[in-house]
Amino acid sequence: MEILFFGITKDIVGSSQVKLDFENEVPKSVGELKMKLERKYPEFSKLSSLAVAVNSEYADDNVQLQTNDEVAIIPPVSGG
Amino acid sequence: MNKIIEIVSSLDTNQVYAELSHPNSGGICVFFGAVREFTNNEQVTGLEFETYEAMALKEMNKLADTALEKWGLNKVVIKHAIGKKEVQEPVVVVGASSAHRSACFEACRFLIDTLKETIPIWKKEIFKNKSVWVSAHP
Repeated sequence: MEILFFGITKDIVGSSQVKLDFENEVPKSVGELKMKLERKYPEFSKLSSLAVAVNSEYADDNVQLQTNDEVAIIPPVSGG
Repeated sequence: MNKIIEIVSSLDTNQVYAELSHPNSGGICVFFGAVREFTNNEQVTGLEFETYEAMALKEMNKLADTALEKWGLNKVVIKHAIGKKEVQEPVVVVGASSAHRSACFEACRFLIDTLKETIPIWKKEIFKNKSVWVSAHP
């Protein structure tokens, strides 16, 4: 599963785009993906918030993931 | 076009009046955000912005549509700069034009407050000996 990372999450992961291998346990929903990411990168759970965008729209934990979705990790935004 | 939405490498502050000007607008309100030199008494040498551009443009469009409808505006501008910015450089501009001033004042406040909460743009504060992603940690 290809995932885009921005801001501090990009620094934690060490790259802006990563193909993550979940060992045949590909997350089926946004909530599951967040749980797996926090397990893989414990630093994620220290952030003020962690949102996920699916096909460039904010997605709730119950949104289901499809193989061709563009998935992005959105740490706390700080524009302006 | 009643809205101008852009992610740019540098902001041209002179364009905004012409972009918001409209025959039915008696009021034009503009907010600029700029790089401030001190954060909690610590000297900042610059800011570095990055964005998820496709999503940021989509969210900025939604934000403009909400304001256009809510305050019956004639025009809206939302532009954000990305990349490295130095002290005093402009980094964001939001503006609204309307028949009377109260609508564009309120809309302008809403535009910048909501932009800061929802648009996927991130800034890193660069100090002499370190750099920090703003708001990343509680």
